[in-house]
Parts: sequence; structure tokens; C-alpha cells
Amino acid sequence: MKFGTMKTVSSVFMTFLFVIGTLFTTSVYAKDRIKVGVVSFLTGPAGGPFGIPAKQGAELVIDAINAGTMPAPYNKKGFAGATLDAIYSDESGGGTKQVALFRDFVQKQNVDAMIGYISSGNCMAIGPVADELKMLTVFSTCGTPRLYEEKLRSHVFRTQANAVGDSLAAAKYIADEYFKGKMTTAGKMYTGINQNYAWGQDSYKFFELGMKVYMPSAVGSSKPQFPKLFAGQYGTEISALSLDKAKVVHSSFWNGDWEAFVLQAMVRGFFKQKIVVSSVGGSAVDTLGKKFPDGVIMGTRGLVGLNVRDNKDPLNTWFVSEYKKRYKAWPLGPSYQYARSVMAYKLAMDKAAASAGKFPTQDQAISAMKGMKFKSFVDTIEFTRGGGHQAVHAISYGVTKYNKAKGEPEVENLKTYAATCIYPPAGVKSEDWINNGMPGRKCE
Amino acid sequence: MQFLTTVLLDGLVYASYLFIVSLGLTITFGVMKILNVAHGSFYAWGAYLASIAIIYLGENEYNSMFYYFSIFMAAIVAGLFFGFIIERFILRKMYGEDIHLIVLATFGIFWILEDLILIVFGADPLMPYYPAMELGGLEIAGVYQGVYSLTLSGLAVVVAFICWYFLKKTKWGKLLQSVIFDREVSVSMGINVTNVYLITFIIGGMLGALGGAYVAPTISISPGFAIDVVVMSFAVVVIGGMGSVPGALIGSLMVGMIRAFAVHQAPVLELFIIYAVMAIVLIIKPQGLFAPPKPRKI
Repeated sequence: MKFGTMKTVSSVFMTFLFVIGTLFTTSVYAKDRIKVGVVSFLTGPAGGPFGIPAKQGAELVIDAINAGTMPAPYNKKGFAGATLDAIYSDESGGGTKQVALFRDFVQKQNVDAMIGYISSGNCMAIGPVADELKMLTVFSTCGTPRLYEEKLRSHVFRTQANAVGDSLAAAKYIADEYFKGKMTTAGKMYTGINQNYAWGQDSYKFFELGMKVYMPSAVGSSKPQFPKLFAGQYGTEISALSLDKAKVVHSSFWNGDWEAFVLQAMVRGFFKQKIVVSSVGGSAVDTLGKKFPDGVIMGTRGLVGLNVRDNKDPLNTWFVSEYKKRYKAWPLGPSYQYARSVMAYKLAMDKAAASAGKFPTQDQAISAMKGMKFKSFVDTIEFTRGGGHQAVHAISYGVTKYNKAKGEPEVENLKTYAATCIYPPAGVKSEDWINNGMPGRKCE
Repeated sequence: MQFLTTVLLDGLVYASYLFIVSLGLTITFGVMKILNVAHGSFYAWGAYLASIAIIYLGENEYNSMFYYFSIFMAAIVAGLFFGFIIERFILRKMYGEDIHLIVLATFGIFWILEDLILIVFGADPLMPYYPAMELGGLEIAGVYQGVYSLTLSGLAVVVAFICWYFLKKTKWGKLLQSVIFDREVSVSMGINVTNVYLITFIIGGMLGALGGAYVAPTISISPGFAIDVVVMSFAVVVIGGMGSVPGALIGSLMVGMIRAFAVHQAPVLELFIIYAVMAIVLIIKPQGLFAPPKPRKI
């Protein structure tokens, strides 16, 4: 054989070997890696109690899916076979900064998807931009119902149900467990302390609307408190609430504001005088441990965090144990919420790849996620609102009680409200539905 | 009667908090004519240092007197350390520059020190609640008040008295007043203005740090929590007159009382009313209520 022919044969052979090698070492869908931006508060008052646990939840699940070590139905390695490289980013700085960062992620860093966002203000700012830039975005935690009730979104999904259910479930818990049978008006008064922005205002508005339906004879205070976000000092508000005749106090405080409020209210015996219902204050229960007052009605925005710690679903058991092993702490609500978004993205990618027979395009992933039902840690979540982009799920509330024997905080008298009980049917605006008496609700 | 007592008490506690935090800011401006945006960093560092110490003392069940000792030590250390570094190595090189450049420099310092907090202490919140829990609550006019928060008013009175005594009764105070009135004349009279600037900046920093350190046991300490404090302090200082100590006192009392009344009677107006008062004061007296007189130079 001539030298030239040998050279040609050997180069063809080498190319063949390379192609075969590539096929066997990478995914069958021929994309090795995908890049996803994961945004949560890494600094500021929302970092410690919310953003960092959220990032850790996402990180844990991403690593497990990449390695193929997560339990079923997430045990198939990778996202449509590809390894997900997460780029973690700080959510602090407000909507304008976040929009700029989002554009940077999409246009300069060429990410394949975006996951995260805690603040309702940021979600409202990012939503239209995600649609404009045609970037698949999965919101994890923010709760304002306006996101989908004002406009349907083409590229934006939200795995967290909105604040309407949190507030209605809180109202139902109060009506059923505390106000039922009370004859005097004074015994059935309620008020609130909520942060003065979209989340706080929406939360109290829907709590109030819910009370009017569940317990029409109950009376709302004329002076609910709305201190500004990150105010830190609540001495005057606590005095005003103490002087208010209302026995029940609703709060959707989150981040360091909730911890500060609890500390300042606790030394003033506030939790002994009032029945406090918190829709999202689970983080302080762990931070304060045995100092956290017993008897606070606590929600966790879904079947996540404190309220499902002892749930024996294999997926939940795995998550709790791996999280504790890695971060030496209990997973909080946001840890679950971010993990859920990653899981939804993984299932959509796998589903789209299976139906396309190749690595899916973004549009195929969006079609797969639209209207999807997926297994969460202890329940099933459905994208059945907002044109198949907004998830709904059950919400639970329980009462805090420190378990001295175990040396850990717990909740008791846990009640779970199905999505059909606390969310309007698809296509109906929450406020209209509640004002019409919540027709068709199923609470069993 | 119950309502009035509670409003007055709430207003007083909030005013005390504002006074301690804004006093350092107004003194720094009065002497150095610098609007120190980094004042919030002193507040934050004071809070962090005190929190670390209090949590350590609380977890190891030390005598509670050590809590208060650690609060004052945190204020002294934060004020001395950062005050010295910032004035000696940054601001001193900028005297004579455009005032806006100096404000921008302090703004930059603020963010650098904020990031330093993140690097040193991490993002997890600190809750040094031990002193506040230990003192508990006290019923006044049928409403439980936190005793620790009430002691803030005592601290404000002590700080105000020390400040008055220092300015009016000591040689150093008179030197300071001279520099406040006119820097050039002070130099010509043989006053070492360079040293006065350094010491003033350190004292201003210590006061800011004391505010953070003392408030720490009642709040959740996490990176970025001091930003709003700077804004509120500016409002107080502007109302009272920039550079005026009595102005800071009156400004704090005004804001504290008006805010307390608004929270009790019309909560939605809480924020609006503070800045409305500021706007009205500025319309009537653009220099603030108690702005120090300016010498007329011929």
C-alpha cells in the first residue's frame, strides 16, 4: 500500500473512531451541556432566610440530576441527557438592575433557561422581558397573582402557586379553627401587618376577601399596618396592633423583617395576647429555635419546609436527608420551591426530548411544560392556570409548638387545603371569584 | 389617655433611635462639611461586631453586664478602626476637592464596607436577642413595652448630655465649635484642624456604630440592612439643619412623634408624613430648623 493511501485510510479510521467515541460518551440527544441562570437573593436581608436556602435547594437537585442520583421519577441522568451548568446570581438591587442582568444572561451569556426569583416586584419586571426575549423562564417563589391575571405569558412559567391560595387558606384556617362558634363581634375581629408592596398588599387583600366569604360576621380592623419593606423597627406598629381590639393578626412578612418583628413582639408578650397567622414565616422558627413562640399559625406556601419535615414520601425523605447532610440545616420553604422549579424543567426537557427524538428546542420544552403535571416532594403540582403556565398546589397551615423531647420546633393541628378549594378555576380572576362567593370550590 | 401615653412612648423610643444614629452624621457634616454616606457602614459594622460578641456571650452564659460592655466596645472599635482608615487614607487626600466628589467617595466606601461584611460575616442573618429577651416586657398604660427598647431613650439622653457637655464645657468642644464656625479662622488661630477632622470623623463613626450595636438585639442583622437607616438619618438631619446637634435632637423628636401618631391613626400615611414634614420644613427654612449660622466673609 502506498504511503498516501495509508494516510487517507488511517485518517478516515481516526475520524470514525472519534465519531463513535463521541456518540458513546455524550447524550443520545447530542448536546452535552446546558447553561441555566439561577437567581435568588444572595445578599441583603432576604439572603439568609430565603435566598441562600433557595440556592442550596436548587444546587442540591441540579447536582443530583446531573449525577443521576435523585430518586424516581427524577432518576434519569441529566436534562434531556445534558449536564446543567448553573450560573448563580444575586437578586438584590431592584427590578431595573434585575432586568439588566436578565438581558445580560440571555444576550451575552446565551443561557438555555432562567430559573428562580423570589420577589414579586422582580417577577413583575422580568415577566414581560422574558417574553420579549423569548427566554424560557421558570419563576420559583414570587407570589403576586397579577403576574398571570393581568396578562398571559408565552415563555414564563411559575411552579409556585400565587398568594391568593396562601391568604385564603389562612382565612379558612382562622374561620374554621378559631372563629367558629364565637358569638361576639369582638371575638371575631382581625387585622394585619404586611409589607407595603405588591406581595404584602395582595396577601392582606385576599386574606380580608377570604374572611368575608368564610366568616361574613367577622370584622376587619380599620387600621391594618403596612410598614415599608426592610423597615426593621416595628415598636410603634406592635403598640398599634396591641391597642387594636382585633384578636387575629395576619402577616405575610418574610426575610429579616419577620425575624425582627417576632423578636420585638415576643418580648412584649404580643404572641400571648394575639393569634398570629403567618403565611411564610417558617425560616424564623428554625433560626429562633426554642425561643420562637408556640401557638403561631404557620404556613409555608405549599407542602414544603417546616410543615412537611416528617412526611415519609421517599422523595421528601431523600431531599431532607441530603440537604441536612450537605448544608447542616433543615431545608426551608424556598429550598423546596427552587428545587421544584429545577425538577419541572428537567421533566419538561426529558418529555420534549422523548417526543422529538432528539435534544429539544426551547419551543419544544415550552410545549412540554405547558399544562404539565409533575410529582413534587409530597404532592402533585399542575400547570393548570395562566394558560397552562401557572402552577397550583395544596397549601397547609399548622400551629407552632416546640418539641422539648426532640429539641426541635414542630407544627401541630396541620390542615391541608386542596388547590380546588383555594384557587379559582382556570380563566377566572381571583378577586371576581372570591367576590362571587367562590363558586365551584371543592374543599374536601 | 392610654392612646396618648402609648403614642408618646413609641415616638420617644423611635426618636431616640434616630437621634443616636443621626447625631454622628450631623457632627461630621458640621465640622468637616462632608455628607458621609458611609455613615451607614459604621452602623452596620457596629451591629455586626456587637452581634458576634453578644451571641458568643449568650451561648456561653456569661453575665449579662458583658452584653452592654460588648455593645460599647463594638461601637468604639468600629468607629476607631474604620474612622481612622477612611479619614486618614481617603478623605484627607480629598479635602479641597469638589464636595460632590467627596460624597461619591463616601458612597463608594459604603459599598466596599458592605461587601466586606458579606466576605467576613457571610449572608446568614445574626440574631443577638439575648439582652432584649433578658429584660423582657413592662406594662405601661395597659400596653406591654420592651424594656430593652425603652433603655434606648435613656441612652439617647446620656449621649445628648455628653455631647452638650463636651461642646459647651470643654476646651476641645470650643475648638470644635470654632472649626464649625470657620475653618480658615480656626487655622489662623493655631488650631490643628487636621487633628480635629480626624477625631471628629472617628467620634461620628462611633456614634453611628453605637446606634447599630445598641439596636442589634432587637433586629435581624444581615448584609444590606443599614441602607434604609442612612436615608432616614438624612431626613432627620435635613429637618434639624445640617451640622446642628440641637437640630438632630428636635428633628428626631419631630419625626419620631409624627410617625408614631401616623402609625396609630393612619398607617398608610406613615412614610408619606415623614417626608412631607421634611418638604414643609425645607420650604419654610431651606437650611433646616437649626442650621448653624454662616460667617459672612468680606
